[in-house]
Amino acid sequence: MTLRVSILLLLLGWAFAGAAATIEVCAGCKVKTITEAIQQATAGDIVLIKSGFYAEGNIVVDKPLTLRGEGYPVLDGRMTEEALTITADSVTVEGLKIQNSGHNQLKDLAAIRVQRRKDYIIRNNILFNSFFGIYLEYAGAGIVEGNTIIGKAESEMNAGNAIHAWYVNNLTVRNNHLSGHRDGIYFEFVSDSHIHDNRSTGNVRYGLHFMFSNDDAYYCNIFDQNGAGVAVMFSKRITMTDNLFEHNWGRAAYGLLLKEITDADILRNHFTDNTLGIMLEGAARIRYENNVFKSNGWALQISGGCEDNHFTRNNFLNNALDLVVNGRANNNSFDGNYWSEYNGYDLDRNGNGDVPHRPVKLYSYILTQAPEAIVLLRSFFIDLLNFSEKISPALTPDNVLDNRPLMQPVS
Amino acid sequence: MIELRNIHKSYGKLEVLRGIDLTFDQKGRIAAILGPNGSGKTTLIKSILGMVLPDKGEILLDGRSIRKQWAYRDGISYLPQIARFPENLTVLELIAMIKDLRGGHVEDERLIQLFDLQPHLNKRLGNLSGGTKQKVNLVLAFMYDCPVVILDEPTAGLDPLAMIHLRELLREAREQGKTILLSTHIMSFVEEMADEVVFLLEGNIRFRGSIRQLKTEYREENVERAIARILQGGERGRAKSREHGAEGIGHGAEGAALSGVEGHSEPETPRLHLN
Amino acid sequence: MLKIMKYTLSDLLRSRWGLLYLGFFLLLTLSLLWLSGDVSKVVISLMNVVLILCPLIAVMFGVMYFYNSREFTELLLAQPIRRSDIFWGQYLGLALSLSISLLLGVGLPFLLYGLFGSTEIWNFFVLITTGVFLSFIFSGLAFYIALRNDNRIRGFGLAILVWLFFAVIYDGIFLLSLILLRDYPLEYYSMVATMFNPIDLSRILILLKLDISALMGYTGAVFRKFLGTGLGTALAFTALLLWVVLPAWSIRRLALRKDF
Repeated sequence: MTLRVSILLLLLGWAFAGAAATIEVCAGCKVKTITEAIQQATAGDIVLIKSGFYAEGNIVVDKPLTLRGEGYPVLDGRMTEEALTITADSVTVEGLKIQNSGHNQLKDLAAIRVQRRKDYIIRNNILFNSFFGIYLEYAGAGIVEGNTIIGKAESEMNAGNAIHAWYVNNLTVRNNHLSGHRDGIYFEFVSDSHIHDNRSTGNVRYGLHFMFSNDDAYYCNIFDQNGAGVAVMFSKRITMTDNLFEHNWGRAAYGLLLKEITDADILRNHFTDNTLGIMLEGAARIRYENNVFKSNGWALQISGGCEDNHFTRNNFLNNALDLVVNGRANNNSFDGNYWSEYNGYDLDRNGNGDVPHRPVKLYSYILTQAPEAIVLLRSFFIDLLNFSEKISPALTPDNVLDNRPLMQPVS
Repeated sequence: MIELRNIHKSYGKLEVLRGIDLTFDQKGRIAAILGPNGSGKTTLIKSILGMVLPDKGEILLDGRSIRKQWAYRDGISYLPQIARFPENLTVLELIAMIKDLRGGHVEDERLIQLFDLQPHLNKRLGNLSGGTKQKVNLVLAFMYDCPVVILDEPTAGLDPLAMIHLRELLREAREQGKTILLSTHIMSFVEEMADEVVFLLEGNIRFRGSIRQLKTEYREENVERAIARILQGGERGRAKSREHGAEGIGHGAEGAALSGVEGHSEPETPRLHLN
Repeated sequence: MLKIMKYTLSDLLRSRWGLLYLGFFLLLTLSLLWLSGDVSKVVISLMNVVLILCPLIAVMFGVMYFYNSREFTELLLAQPIRRSDIFWGQYLGLALSLSISLLLGVGLPFLLYGLFGSTEIWNFFVLITTGVFLSFIFSGLAFYIALRNDNRIRGFGLAILVWLFFAVIYDGIFLLSLILLRDYPLEYYSMVATMFNPIDLSRILILLKLDISALMGYTGAVFRKFLGTGLGTALAFTALLLWVVLPAWSIRRLALRKDF
């Protein structure tokens, strides 16, 4: 019974596909412009764009079509127009090279825009020197994958985001390469969406930016050399796993910024060579497990209003400073982490050090008072100060402790 | 020819040399520089070697000033006062090192044989006795054939046999026509070896003349007593004017002007530490 | 000069103290590598040792060597050799022997662990380079102190004081001034203050390799300009070089005027 239905469906699909026409577009073809092809096409047709140079101004796709490039035809926006605006459901755009789409602060022009539609697939395109790359607004489920989006952003003010999603749900963003924009990926009011296997690098502001977005997950991405890796703000229930946050350097640069977020899981991520690994501001009810913090300036900074952050089985390896706590320590906890700085002993051989570890140093307190004292990092004098503070804590919170520091790193 | 002109030297407030004028222009003579401890003997010797830099005055070697020069030391054999060497080097290495530094023809093997140093050649200098070290010191000083030989306390720590060899070496050098200066505390050695004596006291030359003149002037049979007399003379001469005395000595190299004794004007009683 | 350097070098390399110094570094590096497989951690531990110990040993050993070899120096002074050659030769011999001990003591265990293929080689390289610089600088300071002070006790006292000053006291005063003056812009001040202490300079050079991410945070444009680019490294090396040249030049000046 089920089999029969399946075969029927398959045959139906075949028939439908067979009905779909393919319209070729090229300089020597019958149809010379994409706009013309779209006008001639009916729903479900394929517009096959041959290699060539097309500067047609704003192209509106208002039917469920597939726009397919062959040999990466170039669509040039001449710095004034939005190249492609999608105003129909079920549009697929693939294999195009779109360059020089218009830059306009007021209109937020993009290379490809999807407006109030769903079931779009934007795949394997190259977007070069756009203001915004792919702009999704009020859109439903869709896929953005395999695109390379490279901008020329120099400052936050004059740049848009590579992938910008505003009021979207059930979006999948995967396998994209994003650089040279303001944010690599920007989510505002986006829910139930997945971001994975992307590389977001060299963006002016954030590699990935969540605002007011709930129930999303991002995993297996690489965020490196951005102004800051990932910022998650005013959001709930975000799952962050298996990502790499690397080389995010500079004043107020972090691997991950958590601002006013609750109920998140942060698992198995690597934070390497960042000025600040994770910055917590008003973060609550978050689990941090099996993450690796290696060679960061500061692994963690916990500012005011953070509660119920629980760190277990993380590796803190050779960070200049592991932890800074501004304000009260609250009920955030550290339990059973590996700290490469820990120099206690394990007489009962249970794998946990017998003396609690104090990750907060006097030096980090000094740095908040006189940031220039960073030039004294790892100096003998600072070691002496830290040592005396460790013996009798006066200026650092005495309740920030890992009572069961691991003797060996978590593998 | 060594010529010292009006050499002054003080260490801080301590005046060590107060206008020394001295010429050694005869070859083949041994001059003994004598004086109690602290009289400026070593300072004088070191000035000639350029190790001490005089505050005033000039030193000429064969008519050329030695100021800021170093190559002239190639013509000087010098034996320093206390022989302390880099402890980790062996005798052989030290000799090889000096040979390496100076270059030229050397007679080290004959001297090593003379002082019977073969058994010690591969010992570290730190393990040698004082006498053996002094022998090594002597080898280093005599192994070069230089027209000027300056020895600061060459007899220190030597056994009688080595003393005999030292005398032989000195006679040999005299016969070769070298200009030889030495300081010592052993008056018998002076009496036996020296042709002339320069007696320093508190930075001035108190006596300059041959051994014979010394004995004659002070009507003593041996040098030791004559020296003692100089010192006593110094006591007596205190009241007389200084200029008179100092002038008298400096230029009377041959004539051994004894009036110089009267030049002494310091209140302290100089103590004689001979031996 | 080269000959005197050669003799001083061979003398020192065979001396008890020279061997002890080499042995110490060998033992330390081997045990650090053995106890913790983490090479960056070993480099950090070694950094503290190098920054503290190299200057201490160089300055103390330098003063000691100078006083102990005084008679030998006099022997050399009586030879037809230029004065500056004698002292520079001895100074270079001393500094080189310390550098060689450091290089072998730290380098051999690293070689043994086969770490020269890894990325850690640059950290190792910077560590050794600054260690060598510090050996030269503090040997020079030692000779300067010893040339100025014939009194050994005074010389040793001054040597310890100089070390203590650069290793600890300077940073203490520096930190205090940063806290007291925190209402003012202090970026240039702290950069310049670092230049006046060779130990701080060396530390910064190592940090530029190990902890650049920390140095880049919490700091203003001046820091980033100096530290984030090659400019900082070049400037720090130039300053270190000046720190080598200055005592060496003073040694010559003093040596030419001194009586022996």
